[in-house]
Amino acid sequence: MPTPALLRRTRFGAIVAFAAFLAALFAALVLPTAAHAEEGDPFKISGIVTFEDEPLEGVDLTIDGPGGEQDVTTDAEGRWTVQVPERGVEYTITLHEDTLPDGVVVVDDTGEDETPNEVVREMGQGGRLTLNFFLGEGERITVTFVDQLFQRLFQGLNFGLMLALASVGLSLVFGTTGISNFAHAEMVTFGAVAALLLVGPASLALPVWVGIPLAVILSAALGYALDATIWRPLRRRGVGTVQLMILSIGLSLAIRYLFQFFIGGDVHQLPPMLPGGSIPLFGAVTASATDLVSMAISIVVIIAFATWLTRSRIGKATRAISDNPALAATSGIDVNRVVRIVWIVSAGLAGLSGVLYTYYRPGLTWDMGVQFLLLMFAAVTLGGLGTAYGALVGSLIIGILTETISLWVPADLRFAGALLILIFILLVRPQGILGRRERIG
Amino acid sequence: MSADITPPVSRPKSTGLHIGEPAAGVKKVDPIIVASGVKRTFGGLTAVDVEHLEIPRGAITALIGPNGAGKTTLFNLLTGFDKPDAGSWSYDGKDLANVPAHKVARMGLIRTFQLTKALGRLSVMDNMKLGQTGQTGERFWHSLIPALWRKQDREIEQRADELLVKFKLDKKRDDLAAGMSGGQKKLLEMARALMTSPTLVMLDEPMAGVNPALTQSLLDHILDLKDEGMTVLFVEHDMHMVRHIADWVVVMAEGRVVAEGAPDQVMRDPAVIDAYLGAHQELDLGVVTGRVAIIDADPTTDAEASASVDAAVIEAEASAELDAEKENDK
Amino acid sequence: MDWLQIFNNTLASILSPSTLAYALAALGLAIHFGFGGLINMGVAAFMAIGAYGYAISILTFGFPWWGGALVGLVGAAVFALILGIPTLRLRGDYLAIATIAAAEVVRLLFMTTTFADVTGSAGGLGGYHASFRASNPFPEGTYGFGPWTYNETDLWVRVMGLMTLAFATLLVFMLTRSPWGRVMKGIREDEDAIRSLGKNVFSYKMQSLVLGGVIMAAGGIVYALPSAVNPGVYVTSLTFFVWTALLLGGAATVFGPLLGSLVFWVIQTFLTNFLSGLTESGILDMSSSQAGTLRFVLVGVALMLLVVFMPQGFLGDKKELTFVR
Repeated sequence: MPTPALLRRTRFGAIVAFAAFLAALFAALVLPTAAHAEEGDPFKISGIVTFEDEPLEGVDLTIDGPGGEQDVTTDAEGRWTVQVPERGVEYTITLHEDTLPDGVVVVDDTGEDETPNEVVREMGQGGRLTLNFFLGEGERITVTFVDQLFQRLFQGLNFGLMLALASVGLSLVFGTTGISNFAHAEMVTFGAVAALLLVGPASLALPVWVGIPLAVILSAALGYALDATIWRPLRRRGVGTVQLMILSIGLSLAIRYLFQFFIGGDVHQLPPMLPGGSIPLFGAVTASATDLVSMAISIVVIIAFATWLTRSRIGKATRAISDNPALAATSGIDVNRVVRIVWIVSAGLAGLSGVLYTYYRPGLTWDMGVQFLLLMFAAVTLGGLGTAYGALVGSLIIGILTETISLWVPADLRFAGALLILIFILLVRPQGILGRRERIG
Repeated sequence: MSADITPPVSRPKSTGLHIGEPAAGVKKVDPIIVASGVKRTFGGLTAVDVEHLEIPRGAITALIGPNGAGKTTLFNLLTGFDKPDAGSWSYDGKDLANVPAHKVARMGLIRTFQLTKALGRLSVMDNMKLGQTGQTGERFWHSLIPALWRKQDREIEQRADELLVKFKLDKKRDDLAAGMSGGQKKLLEMARALMTSPTLVMLDEPMAGVNPALTQSLLDHILDLKDEGMTVLFVEHDMHMVRHIADWVVVMAEGRVVAEGAPDQVMRDPAVIDAYLGAHQELDLGVVTGRVAIIDADPTTDAEASASVDAAVIEAEASAELDAEKENDK
Repeated sequence: MDWLQIFNNTLASILSPSTLAYALAALGLAIHFGFGGLINMGVAAFMAIGAYGYAISILTFGFPWWGGALVGLVGAAVFALILGIPTLRLRGDYLAIATIAAAEVVRLLFMTTTFADVTGSAGGLGGYHASFRASNPFPEGTYGFGPWTYNETDLWVRVMGLMTLAFATLLVFMLTRSPWGRVMKGIREDEDAIRSLGKNVFSYKMQSLVLGGVIMAAGGIVYALPSAVNPGVYVTSLTFFVWTALLLGGAATVFGPLLGSLVFWVIQTFLTNFLSGLTESGILDMSSSQAGTLRFVLVGVALMLLVVFMPQGFLGDKKELTFVR
């Protein structure tokens, strides 16, 4: 019989299963790598570390390549040697500068190599590789953890702001129509594509300060067009919100592959807004001029939007409809008009966000909307589906989180962190930070 | 209206259910539900604030009160469909705090809903079969082997058929439930509830939206439940119905229990009259005005009193009250 | 325009491993959505877990092919449990968002270079076929006729796929006609009513999630069986394509997913070959890869039209009202 204890058993079972899964994963990671580089390996990499003709003892190096990582320390004659299993492949040899005496660093004569203490070499068929580092006097530039943290926080703020531009639109659309619009991601990409066509050197090559606002206007126009041809007729027809969600999925597919049709699979760049170069801000935090302009634009637009939402009649009507559509309609608000304006504004904001995102990544691809969409959903859910301020708060948190988490987690997993937060929030507080309980049914 | 209803074959009302003077929260001789300090607020609004309430076993209790009094919310709290902010309540001596709705149902406490939940896209027979508890076929692995559940399914079908005959729904047995009238859906919901062999049946406005022709049938079925040993708690607005079948009445207003007692008593309680019923519930106005003869008076009213009252006096009372209200508003 | 080849390829696709894999995935999704009303947008993740579970067990742990398959299926069941506990209480679009996020996390975990030793990261996994091929009962030779001509390995793959599909379909068929199926139908219509009758709704939803997930994983295994495990396959587009196939055939039916997948793949193959032929013969002035993307645009449009004008699909009952709310 369906037992009363099933739920408890299910939870317990899931925990055990998850633990087993983690254990298996751990074993899978540890076992294979331990099996490799052994004493009997036939090929050799070696070198001597000297400074002003004096051998240096106790300097640490790491050699990485097929066979896994190996650590080695120089002996009294400054020599180091490792055995490796393969030849004809590349190895990465890293000298740990913090084990060098004070004031001694690895020197780069060419002036181009940023990390002269890390070298990649191919071992030829001979099976022997020798490598010596050039040492000289110099200052080691160390980036402290705190510096890195601030740099990431700053980047995260930038990203969070542009995410917010797109997310508030998504949240407002949900609030006023009840639709989770999966095609919103493609509105973001559309802004970037429009900018590319207007500003790109291969096409119209308009100046950046003309092209970008035009791209935003075009995005807004697309929002209007979609509302007029798709969303409003279907609302009139009384199509349910779940069906509309799936329709938005179909729409996102169609638009996304249209993008691929027109711009192919390459990464396209927009011409820079301002001349490049890093501007040091405070501490070791640097930013490019583009970053600063992007943040400035985001902040200005968000403040303008917030003012509009709070002060203007349409803005208030929007919030009224989000709160209680039936009541809003009976109190004389023209719901259709307000909803159309919401679609237009959200599309325009999304387009702007797309342009800024292209500068940030950097580069525009046909499918960049997909990952952005998930982050938007994470931001909106975290902040509270249906509230614009919630979307703003959620976006900032997600933006800062994804950037700073890469200090601890491999870079290609940083979005996973944001997504796990999303799932966690749904478990603990589904209405988000600023949302209200009754909404989630 | 109610004057047209033929009085049912009279079944005796249960008396002596309470201990002491009847008042809000009075203890019962044999309570099946005991609730204390149950509180539920929504935002700033207090929906339910019941200090003490006991429901007598084996009797029919009516829960009345104006809209928004918290009756349905109380139902939801008692049956596990909602969680209270505070309070404790027990069913048959077992504590129900934090017990999920489906487990409460399995204990024998079955409820129906204000908006009928007849499963429209299933047939009437399927609806009935769903009511049966303890089906082997409903367990995942067992359902894959028909031999394990075929026999039981046939037995359930037989039982369902008997009930459907009783509720006069047998002709509709293979139709989709969505095709039935509102009243028939209510009957189906009740019949389905009976498939669970409940001990306590909680009906949320069983007469709402049912055409008058079917009301009598429903009333009889509710009385049958009592005859078969079940306890009934129902929410209703129609006072004539309440007079007909209720053994005990609980009155709620603004989330609190304001009065309890046998139907006649409660309807004379001035607090209840002011809050909900309106004056002179015990009179049949048809007799007062002379439109209806005394022998045709509504059996739940006091025919003698109705005849001896002067219509002019009642009219004068009403206008005086209106003037008093106008004075207060100024 | 080589019409003969176009038709040959189109007909061959009826029995391709992709079609069989989609049919299984759509069947699993039918259990989630068609019977349980659960909007699962993480189909790709379940398929990936099946495929990776299969390949990793063989390559890293040296399991035989059937052991690998078992691992893939159990992995999907575990994933369903982990996913279901927080998300099954949520309303429709919240569940959609949660499942799509979970699927992306799974994909990222398979793609990251951190686990590259085991998962092959962006390169995926290959070369795990030895065990499966060794158990091939068919002797060497050519089988079949016309567009359905196979060597013994291809035949073995298809036979395995078909047997799995037949088994899964039978399972689902039996379930829908049982009292368990009756409870699921009731849950889809009105959860509270079912709760008030004493049934543990959460438990039933979880069972449906696990069952559907396992069948989807089987689809993933069949997909990977003849070729390779490529992480670029298990993206959200795959989920959406499976949804399209399901809605096309009829979400709340047993044979709808099969029919929908068949029609989906036949049309896809036809379009690929047809558009390719058009570009090669110069009728369409674009590269053939560009033409390829056009058919996906059509899938998107098809999904939009389907969900509004024919949500019950080919085999569904219009009165069934596929979308409850």
